[in-house]
Amino acid sequence: MATPRLDAVTTPIVGWTEELSRARLHVVTGKGGTGKTTVSAALAIALATGGRRVLLVEVEERQGIAQLFDRPPLPYSEERIASAPGGGEIRALAVDADAAFMEYLAMFYNLGFAGRTLRRMGAIEFVTTLAPGLRDVLQTGKVKECVGRTEATGRHMYDHVVLDAPPTGRVVKFLDVTKAVQDVAKVGPIKGQSEGVVRLMHSGDTAVHLVTLLEEMPVRETLDAVVELDGADLRPGAVFVNRVRPARLADRSVPAAADGRVDAARVRAGLAAAGLKLADDEVQGLVEETVEHAVRLRAETRARELLAEADLPAVELPELVDGVDVGALYELAEVLVDQGVR
Amino acid sequence: MAAKLHVDKLLDDPATKVIVCCGSGGVGKTTTAAALAARAAERGRRTVVLTIDPARRLAQSLGLRELDNTPRRVQVEGFDTEDRLHAMMLDMRRTFDDMVLAHAGPERAEQILGNPFYQTISSSFSGTQEYMAMEKLGQLAADGSWDLIVVDTPPSRSALDFLDAPQRLSTVLDGRIIRLLSAPARAGGRGLLKIVGAGFGLFTKAISTIIGGQLLADASAFVQAFDSMFGGFRERAQKTYQLLRSPGTAFLVVAAPEPDALREASYFVERLAAESMPLAGLVLNRTHPVLAKLPVGRALAAADELDRAGDAPLAAAVLRVHADRVAVATREQRLLARFTKAHPSVAVTGVPALAEDVHDLAGLREIGRRLAGE
Repeated sequence: MATPRLDAVTTPIVGWTEELSRARLHVVTGKGGTGKTTVSAALAIALATGGRRVLLVEVEERQGIAQLFDRPPLPYSEERIASAPGGGEIRALAVDADAAFMEYLAMFYNLGFAGRTLRRMGAIEFVTTLAPGLRDVLQTGKVKECVGRTEATGRHMYDHVVLDAPPTGRVVKFLDVTKAVQDVAKVGPIKGQSEGVVRLMHSGDTAVHLVTLLEEMPVRETLDAVVELDGADLRPGAVFVNRVRPARLADRSVPAAADGRVDAARVRAGLAAAGLKLADDEVQGLVEETVEHAVRLRAETRARELLAEADLPAVELPELVDGVDVGALYELAEVLVDQGVR
Repeated sequence: MAAKLHVDKLLDDPATKVIVCCGSGGVGKTTTAAALAARAAERGRRTVVLTIDPARRLAQSLGLRELDNTPRRVQVEGFDTEDRLHAMMLDMRRTFDDMVLAHAGPERAEQILGNPFYQTISSSFSGTQEYMAMEKLGQLAADGSWDLIVVDTPPSRSALDFLDAPQRLSTVLDGRIIRLLSAPARAGGRGLLKIVGAGFGLFTKAISTIIGGQLLADASAFVQAFDSMFGGFRERAQKTYQLLRSPGTAFLVVAAPEPDALREASYFVERLAAESMPLAGLVLNRTHPVLAKLPVGRALAAADELDRAGDAPLAAAVLRVHADRVAVATREQRLLARFTKAHPSVAVTGVPALAEDVHDLAGLREIGRRLAGE
């Protein structure tokens, strides 16, 4: 099983805040390929730690949660998928827009029975094509329902809901249902439902977290997304710096090494001191690897500086070289808890 | 061990007319497409690269400043291909408008372009970008002035969308459902109505409440106006599809050494086989091959020893860098081996990662060299 490299995690400028702890809906977005789903799952486990119940939701019809937890595809229902330390529980839901639409038609128009045939004909897809915002409204509406649902005791069914959201490029459009609804539903229950979604998304109950890597492009996308979220009056939460790798060179050695100046003679002498006598091309290979490492560190430092512009709380997760399995998710969750996530 | 994909052989072969780079989002498709085109041009072929939504700095590296939907000669100092490299960015809206203008009479075209439903379809339907990329490819191929066309594919969730989306758009445009929604009895005939039953009337009513009668009316008007040109549209799409299946086309599946990206690559490889589309191989981007053979156990033991003595910090750091790198490389090889086991006949080329993002032509040329295994 993978052991997170805790030595890679440096102390962020601002960690998890009180305000973030009060959020009940945690929306997780990020550039494609940054590890949104992994971070969402680890966050869900971290939030459930200590006995809470958390719902982990996906909306992209990718079945990413099922793959991550090594399970068969999730049906359109809330399934218990994991437990957390201290009696916590994680349930998962894959929101399928077509199914949500059918559910909606059945609920408000008593139209359950014709659903399957219509779906097979492509009628549902056709309608969601006619009004592309409708898909988003149906999905966010389902999320809102889960966040607001209470038990008989009046207690919330879920302490937190973590939403594995669309990537940064599409997330504001997805969350900002106001606009979609103006285009789509002028009357009827959808309008009522979406007003509730608007209230939730723009309230202190919701935080939109951004996952990034320490590379220029994802960081730039993160900054763009923050501006876009601010513009839509949606609240950016924390930045999750994912897949942080350990720095092996001392800071002061990085600039020279990144410019290709690694003293091969000194390396060779050091190796000899440890009893390693290597051929010249071997030493050269080691030096080249070190130069590449230094170039990466230099790029990471720039990425960190750029990221600081966002002025958001940040938490870090280490790279897991052996890949992410279920056990690794728990270790990532622990790293989050250690950084104050609760 | 996978067969080696010989990129230069592919680029140099005069029979290679079209290269399609596909794969899931975030694996470096656009960069790969641009690097292949630059290399082909340097090697003497008159080449155009069609990019979809490139990152700003990559676009700038090709001298592209705006979406103007026509191939532009790439002129960058120190890059002399005697005018053989051209590049363009797809403007899907404009491509769609042009198609409408070309196929409908001026009056009808105006009607279509002004319809609100057309505006939705042409700017935000999820399949439009794919459809228009295919259309543009068809146009470039018909133009005949290129030895080689390199195509990037849209940044969709799944690589398969590139093949599926045009079909989805066709379904919407062919009007069967819209006719059902606006006048069920007339269009669908009794048979279909019987299957759906009385629910359909209710459904139609519900839909028009939800999305508004106006939108439905717009859609209906659009489909009617569009109907006469639809045959032409479909014919063109069919032609491009045939082009994709012809021997002059080579698909390159692009992936990164990550489980998700390789899973998508696997799906795509299977799908290409099912569609009889010619696959040239897998481009595995951003690999980290080890550059020294020193085993990881010895490296770490020596690093520990040096750390204890404390007098050779540089050598200790170098050894730990190496150990990290071996771990990464081992994982990448394991992931690739899994892919190769499922697809033993697919040729592969690994592209060692650059330490920094590519944002100029020099970077693209370096990627080109790595693609070719230099």
